[in-house]
Amino acid sequence: MSSSSVTPESWISSFCALVGHEYFAEISEDFIEDDFNLTGLQSQVAMYKEALEMILDVEPEDDDEDDEEEEEEGDESIEGEERVVRNRAAAERRHHRMASDLSIIESSAEMLYGLIHQRFICSRAGIQQMSEKYDLAHFGVCPRTFCDQVRTLPVGLSDIPGEDTVKLFCPSCLDVYVPPSSRFQTVDGAFFGRTFGALFLLTFPEYDISKKAAETLAGGRPLPAVLDGDGGDAEKINGMNAHNLAPGLGRSKVYEPKIYGFKVSERARSGPRMAWLRQRPQNIQDLDEATIYAAEHADDSDYDSGINGAPTRPQQVTSTRARANGGSPMSVDANGDTYA
Amino acid sequence: MDDFRSETDSDYTSYWRDWFISSRGNEYFCEIDEDYLTDRFNLTGLNTEVQYYQYALDLVTDVFDLDCDDEMRETIEKSARHLYGLVHARYIVTTRGLAKMLEKYKKADFGKCPRVMCKSHPLLPMGQSDNPGVKPVKLYCARCEDLYNPKSSRHAVIDGAYFGTSFHNIIFQVYPALIPTKSYDRYIPRIYGFKVHAPATLIRWQNVERDEMRRRLRKLEIDSGFKDDEGEVDAEESEEEEEDDVDIEGMENGEMMPEGVQQA
Repeated sequence: MSSSSVTPESWISSFCALVGHEYFAEISEDFIEDDFNLTGLQSQVAMYKEALEMILDVEPEDDDEDDEEEEEEGDESIEGEERVVRNRAAAERRHHRMASDLSIIESSAEMLYGLIHQRFICSRAGIQQMSEKYDLAHFGVCPRTFCDQVRTLPVGLSDIPGEDTVKLFCPSCLDVYVPPSSRFQTVDGAFFGRTFGALFLLTFPEYDISKKAAETLAGGRPLPAVLDGDGGDAEKINGMNAHNLAPGLGRSKVYEPKIYGFKVSERARSGPRMAWLRQRPQNIQDLDEATIYAAEHADDSDYDSGINGAPTRPQQVTSTRARANGGSPMSVDANGDTYA
Repeated sequence: MDDFRSETDSDYTSYWRDWFISSRGNEYFCEIDEDYLTDRFNLTGLNTEVQYYQYALDLVTDVFDLDCDDEMRETIEKSARHLYGLVHARYIVTTRGLAKMLEKYKKADFGKCPRVMCKSHPLLPMGQSDNPGVKPVKLYCARCEDLYNPKSSRHAVIDGAYFGTSFHNIIFQVYPALIPTKSYDRYIPRIYGFKVHAPATLIRWQNVERDEMRRRLRKLEIDSGFKDDEGEVDAEESEEEEEDDVDIEGMENGEMMPEGVQQA
């Protein structure tokens, strides 16, 4: 762990160059300097101010100025008084800071960087940077055989630090995997967050996610324009390009267990039970629930409210319960029971 | 560690096979019994598949005493490895072979499932073809019933035919107690706690497929192998309730995130 004050390199770039930190994007200083982006992080990170200074390579001489700022912020917040007291204590401590504090600050800085990173990669600049890393297959490939080496995205299973390590989300089979190398098993999943993976898919709908990592590397930058170039006539399903919705799933991409060439029956005790997890309808438009619902209920008096109500599946919609949400476009059946 | 683990006939110095299974990259192989190798019936048809079949067999069974140059020896050595692999595919579906592979499976010698929801379930090696030279070895997870590529490039080049298409299915027929409990656990893509529409519809569609399968099995009174608390028809409701909890939790987490992250 090198402290940046000595090296000409910034703390951020040296942090991202560390072994095991290959997944991290370099957060722009503008993003960190905008206090709005750091809302709420003070309470999550010990020695917040020092950690922030370390990340930004600011020499911690301007103590007084910082204190004033902190107190102003503190007054505005809900637990303002408490924070002011804490800040004063922190300021006092700062005067006789020991060398041993440095390691605490260092780990705080890493935590803070990770938490900012979680937010940064969902911003426009951040997701762009991550897409460049994705292009270069920095996040590795899916271990699943039928996904055929498509690139993955780093995600967390929780937004709260300390709960789980970073995982790899495969957009081709919509599943998450443990990174192959043990050096990523010390990287917190919260530093990437639960949102990034899915947001990436929606942000870059034109990507051909079924492309192999080797192909994209050989061919330079991917050229999805070839696919969508002629006026975006690519098939759409529920707001995504159909060819990008789980292309690694479906017929011929589901493993069929066989013994001496004969399929193992579903009726056998050891028969297949998990094929559903890798299935995908032959006709992808079977997933267009709203249209199916509209077609089935064309003469229904409830037609208008129904079509907006995002029914979970055609059979269920006939029950009155499912309609409890009325026409809210945000309603999901599962939530309806709770909130109705 | 493999050096000292001569699994059978330890009184016999099975030098070549000991060396073979303990050399780097051959961790997936178990040791074939001397008896099995010397029974010609077990080797039926392999003489056309393997070059210098007799020499290769001699080498594997440690009776090789041909004086030859290095190049020839290297060729025979290669043939011996190929022969061992092909006999291995036959051996591991025998009672003794299954028992040996079971031990290795229990020790997770073949690695663990990379899928997060499988919680490091041990894998089994398998081939997608019984013919050599078609596809390299893959790893089968009995929990999610899917195939994965070996992590290490050493293993990724082993021929899949050395394990065959049947072994990993036979082992669960012979040892039904080994069949892992299946689970509904899966990853649901979310943005700030909210499910994404397109993947969510696919997941709902898959859930219908799954419930239909469970209904079929229940009609036939066959144990579906899922956890008991996931009763079939109730499962839909209770599962949705479960999902609700997750949703609420998710939203709370989502609210902790400032909306501003999108602005920068």
